[in-house]
Amino acid sequence: MMRPITPFLWLLFSAGGTVAALLFPVHLLLTGLAFPLGWLEAPHYETLHGLLKHPVTRLYLFALISLPLFHWAHRFRYTLYDGLQLKHLTELIAVLCYGTALLGTAMTAYLLWNIP
Amino acid sequence: MSGDPHYTLYHPRWYRRRVSVWWWLQNRTYTGFVLRELTSVFVAFFAVVYLWQLRALVQGPEAYAHFLARLGTPLFLVLHGVAFLFVLFHAVTWFNLAPKAMAVRLRGKRVPDWVVVGVNYAAWLFLSGAVAFIVLRG
Repeated sequence: MMRPITPFLWLLFSAGGTVAALLFPVHLLLTGLAFPLGWLEAPHYETLHGLLKHPVTRLYLFALISLPLFHWAHRFRYTLYDGLQLKHLTELIAVLCYGTALLGTAMTAYLLWNIP
Repeated sequence: MSGDPHYTLYHPRWYRRRVSVWWWLQNRTYTGFVLRELTSVFVAFFAVVYLWQLRALVQGPEAYAHFLARLGTPLFLVLHGVAFLFVLFHAVTWFNLAPKAMAVRLRGKRVPDWVVVGVNYAAWLFLSGAVAFIVLRG
């Protein structure tokens, strides 16, 4: 069932891994630690909302959220097979992993499309 | 001599040693491998945090203020601290594996591994600076 789209899934895994490696550390350091801990002042609502008006920002956020989700789906699928020895649940795990990534992608697209 | 020949269905049980779920803790290489595989969980976690932030920004200033307040709770600070270490581990292992995953050729010659790794780290530095500049300046 999965065979014909395997190269495509691997491409998403690879693209998502690159996006996460290049951009997640700085975003996580700022949003997750520097702002809440008061090392730096968190950007104001108007600032970020202004950035969101640019189509380039929306495209950037779409790639930033969606691709790493597919990276997770692909890698986590194999973590479950090998790490927890769940080979007998192959199809269920694949559906759950890629399904979650698809759901996250759809939600991101919906939100980005409906920015007032 | 009529009908199908009768076969006895018999399948021997293979001898298989049970492997513990914690097999990867006995060897440092295996531990590194499994930790690297687990980085994907934290990558997904942060992607969801960003999705949550996006939703707050679409909903309005109060939702954004609520989002910021939630990120300041001890639970999220600890989660983000751990997630940051795992995401860093993902980045470093990803860049170091880049030349092995894809051999780059220039004028028929293979580009040395250290150049490919170096370009990755340089891009990382540049993009991190650019993102920080845009987010902080607004």
